[in-house]
Amino acid sequence: MIKTLLVATAKLVSGANVRWVGCAPDVRQRVYFANHASNLDALVIWASLPPPVRDLTRPVAARDYWIKDPLRRHLANKILHAVLIERKKPTVRDNPLADMLAALGDRHSLIIFPEGGRQTSTELAPFKAGLFHLAKDRPDVEFVPVLIENLNRILPKGEFLPVPLLGSLSFGTPIKLEAGEGKTGFLERAQAAVKALQRS
Amino acid sequence: MNLKLDKQTIWLVGGVLALLVVSSLIGWVLALRVTNEKSKATVQNLNARIRAWWMMVAVFGLAMATGGIGSVVLFGLTSFLALREFITLTPTRLGDHRSLFWVFFVILPLQYCLIAVKWYGLFSILIPVYVFLLLPIRSAAAGDCEKFLERTAKIQWGLMICVYCVSYVPALLSLDIPGYAGQNGKLMFYFVLIAQISDVLQYVWGKTLGRHKIAPAVSPNKTWEGFVGGVACATLIGAGLWWATPFTPWQSAGMSLAITFMGFGGGLVMSAIKRDRGVKDYGNLIEGHGGVMDRIDSLCFAAPVFFHLTRFFFT
Repeated sequence: MIKTLLVATAKLVSGANVRWVGCAPDVRQRVYFANHASNLDALVIWASLPPPVRDLTRPVAARDYWIKDPLRRHLANKILHAVLIERKKPTVRDNPLADMLAALGDRHSLIIFPEGGRQTSTELAPFKAGLFHLAKDRPDVEFVPVLIENLNRILPKGEFLPVPLLGSLSFGTPIKLEAGEGKTGFLERAQAAVKALQRS
Repeated sequence: MNLKLDKQTIWLVGGVLALLVVSSLIGWVLALRVTNEKSKATVQNLNARIRAWWMMVAVFGLAMATGGIGSVVLFGLTSFLALREFITLTPTRLGDHRSLFWVFFVILPLQYCLIAVKWYGLFSILIPVYVFLLLPIRSAAAGDCEKFLERTAKIQWGLMICVYCVSYVPALLSLDIPGYAGQNGKLMFYFVLIAQISDVLQYVWGKTLGRHKIAPAVSPNKTWEGFVGGVACATLIGAGLWWATPFTPWQSAGMSLAITFMGFGGGLVMSAIKRDRGVKDYGNLIEGHGGVMDRIDSLCFAAPVFFHLTRFFFT
């Protein structure tokens, strides 16, 4: 009930125009990686997936933000089934990579934002290494680039009232770690794959 | 704002429904007969447009049936959707965020409230005077100077077209025309019908006989044949509907001519903006037509002119 309402609200507020450019929706295991500029990002990607895919897909989000109040905690734990990770002080015991690998398991998919935090400029920030390690440890999983446009204008960083513009989501062609490909090479290729979805 | 369901209204509604039935039949026959790929796509788009017309007529009819307030709400929502499409295409910056919030959630509803209470003295100047002066102050206070004039001008322009101009359609209900009391619903119906049928007829003439393009760089679909044929037919239809209006047949022809000319101009201007922004349509809400803005461009330009002509000569 709350879930349906949340999905409808997310779609309404974002006016999301969803384009599957490089692949079709599928329940196979995937990691959706996207640019990040708004608090709505994870919610909107998650809401735009067809229900069977949505039920298996878990957004990876910053623990410090999502445990601040009971409402966010409820949303993250009970509805989005978010994977809350420590982004400030990762330790051996509190390792985001281990959390993400555990969350993937053998049937789930993830939504991650490899830029690390929300960006205010329109340029993509360099991707963090986590994406590479995930790709290395799980060669069977598809890595789908996602470009989010306009959501940063709907609810920019530092604002709390949304303006109802039309956002858009583009899902690109899945990539995988090539044999012998290094960290820098893979991360740059991943970033280029997100960038390439602009105006295509 | 009580709208009576008189005999003339029934004729108008009946006429539109008959037209829809006939077009649906033609669309169905065409779909059976076309063979090559290019015409197939055209006919598919035509049938999508006709289906969307059924929807739009139903919504408009429902709004009219609820009396004045339904029309105010309908055009308020139309403004909201059109403005949403317009601002989405317009590059704004973080500094505009609070101003945009005001635009969507304060100014737009306020304009339609003023229309609902028929406060002509304020609804006719709210956006061109007060908002024009106050909104840049809000944006300047946000402290972002980059492309300031450009951003401010674009937001004001969006408000003028999508909110101010569109609000003149339900404002027709507030006109006090001697000998026409309680019948303004028909005037609004007449206006929307002529503006839209002119678009349709220009499309039909253009698709069947169109050869010479008027402004190929702006709108490849606008041809002289479509323009002349559409304007002439829509004006004739307008003249023939004089019995539903406060006008004589000649006056009605003149009014229809004004509506179709402004409507054509509106289509041209809104196309120029689309080409500049590199898109084909403003959105994808209405199947076959594109966005809301694509459907109401002619309405935006014609409504204020029709309102003021009627107000000047007939009240």
